[in-house]
Amino acid sequence: MLEWRRRREPSKAMLYLSPLIAIALTMLTGTIVFTAMGYDGLTAVYDFFLLPLLEPQRWPDLGVKAAPLVMIALGLAIGFRANVWNIGAEGQYVMGAIAGTGVALATYDMTGWWILPAMALAGVLGGMAWAAIPALLRTKLQVSEILTSLMLTYVAIQALYYLVRGPWKDPDGFNFPQTRMFTPDQTLPAMTEGSLVHLGIPLALVIAVIAWLVMEKTTAGFAVKVVGLAPAAARHGGFSAERTTWLTLLTGGGLAGLAGLFEAAGPFGQLTPQFPVGYGFTAIIVAFLGRLHPLGIVFGGIVLAATYVGGEVAQTTVKLPQAATGMFQALLLFFLLATNVLITYRIGLKARPA
Amino acid sequence: MSDTILVSIIMTLVAASTPILLAALGELVVEKSGVLNLGVEGMMLTGAVAGFAVSLTTGSLALGLVAAVLAGIATAMVFAVLTLSLTANQVATGLALTIFGIGASSLIGAGFVGRTITRLGPIFPAALSEHPGLRAIFGHDIVVYLSLALVAGVSWFLRSTRPGLILRAVGENDASAHAIGYPVIAIRYGAIAFGGALAGLGGAYFSLALTPMWADRLTAGRGWIALALVVFAAWKPGRLLLGAYLFGAVMTFELQAKAAGISWLAPEVLAMAPYLATIAVLTMMSLGRKTGRLDAPACLGKPFSAS
Repeated sequence: MLEWRRRREPSKAMLYLSPLIAIALTMLTGTIVFTAMGYDGLTAVYDFFLLPLLEPQRWPDLGVKAAPLVMIALGLAIGFRANVWNIGAEGQYVMGAIAGTGVALATYDMTGWWILPAMALAGVLGGMAWAAIPALLRTKLQVSEILTSLMLTYVAIQALYYLVRGPWKDPDGFNFPQTRMFTPDQTLPAMTEGSLVHLGIPLALVIAVIAWLVMEKTTAGFAVKVVGLAPAAARHGGFSAERTTWLTLLTGGGLAGLAGLFEAAGPFGQLTPQFPVGYGFTAIIVAFLGRLHPLGIVFGGIVLAATYVGGEVAQTTVKLPQAATGMFQALLLFFLLATNVLITYRIGLKARPA
Repeated sequence: MSDTILVSIIMTLVAASTPILLAALGELVVEKSGVLNLGVEGMMLTGAVAGFAVSLTTGSLALGLVAAVLAGIATAMVFAVLTLSLTANQVATGLALTIFGIGASSLIGAGFVGRTITRLGPIFPAALSEHPGLRAIFGHDIVVYLSLALVAGVSWFLRSTRPGLILRAVGENDASAHAIGYPVIAIRYGAIAFGGALAGLGGAYFSLALTPMWADRLTAGRGWIALALVVFAAWKPGRLLLGAYLFGAVMTFELQAKAAGISWLAPEVLAMAPYLATIAVLTMMSLGRKTGRLDAPACLGKPFSAS
């Protein structure tokens, strides 16, 4: 018989290997499930996970989808480390886009280099403001940030619907529920002429490096980890849990808001009711796939971006519905959580009872 | 206000409250055993799609309800294995369950979008269920009466039975319960299964009774409201009933205001109401108390391992 045995110390190798094992198990299960559902399972899994990584012409699209995921996940991971469960990043992402679009609509007949930075600043502040509500309620009244941040996501999405159907509707847009298109001064510049690759992609990488430096090399980063791992020790050490809650929620909200503004000023170029695509929720998986480590998150962002790009491919090649993307993502998170056990336990043969 | 409008408001209110009442009652038992399952929304969605698919293909609503319960349990078991047997983080696993439920239900439901079925009808004969004066009492479907019976049953189980006492002990102090020989993990498996069954049933109420057709994300976040309701109810079944009907009233107001064509309030603002009400209620609950933990079971959300 097999049994779980606790390791003397957590396995370093498994820490890095388990995400790869989880990906392999997801691909295996995906093949079985989709074959059982009557699709070409093998092609589906290949299209989902490998094709987007293997075909260079898909890389720009991969980067466009990875950038917001990485930015949001970086902020969330810092919170998760401190046991602050902000699961409303989708709402902060939408609010950031709304705030930035507000600036864009106010400046649509102006020109100048300052407009885009002003929009970005508004995006960050919008996301922060939305995250400040759960922070305030949690620190002052001990209301669970899990529920409030999530509830605010629904509110933010309704606010978006209201604005694009009502006061912000494009006056020259034939009554379609969408805002004006942003002007060139309000749009993220492409890295090369006519390419999809916008400024947000290198910026996401820069933010990942900064996040890594902050978490590893500064007292603030250390405080976050201590508060999460040993709240009692943190209190003794003078690290304030309240300050950490504020810091992590505002960081998470700010990054999600910036990601939202980049998405609005990049791929979308305006706000429409189709704007919230769930990046804020997928980013939670990215954070876990990256082991809550900033550089791991870059890897996680690319893998999850592949499931979006691959999902679109599989829609045409094997007629897989779009919802399959969500299924794959959830399976991946299940296996990630399951394989975590390998870090602290190993499988051993049970000794025969004498 | 005429009688018929009042009766129609009552009917809408009861119908809107029932699914969140069921889901929240299941979660209450789970949390009483010391486990926080944030995947209510996911279990509701798998229940909703399973119930709809089986009802549509077999033509039997009863089979649909059974399928929904089983689907809810099956989904809950994924959570139980991960958190209890593999000691995974409960918050993260609950979120995974919700993401899974959204994906799985929309994948399975892709072929059913827009298809309709005959909705679950009243169980009492027309003489009672259509009677203008008695309709408010006898005009509901079986799930409504079942949900009320379950509230009474769970309340009695937790307060007055030995297994109920043991379940509460496991939630309050798992280490001590284990030390005197109670199977903590097995009891939690049972509680999680019960929570899954009720969430599945609650989800099916959407697809079989409220809007007897399939649409993506049919439950629209009601699973999260159910989670908040448990906090609001301070983990007491009686207060849960009150809370669920209060939320039903908020949602009825939304529907009635839409139907009445109130133009000064944008429909999007009305749609925000249940979520804002949830935040307001959670805030007021905390304002009313000095202690931070409210009346939560002491071991809520903490992993347990016997070794």
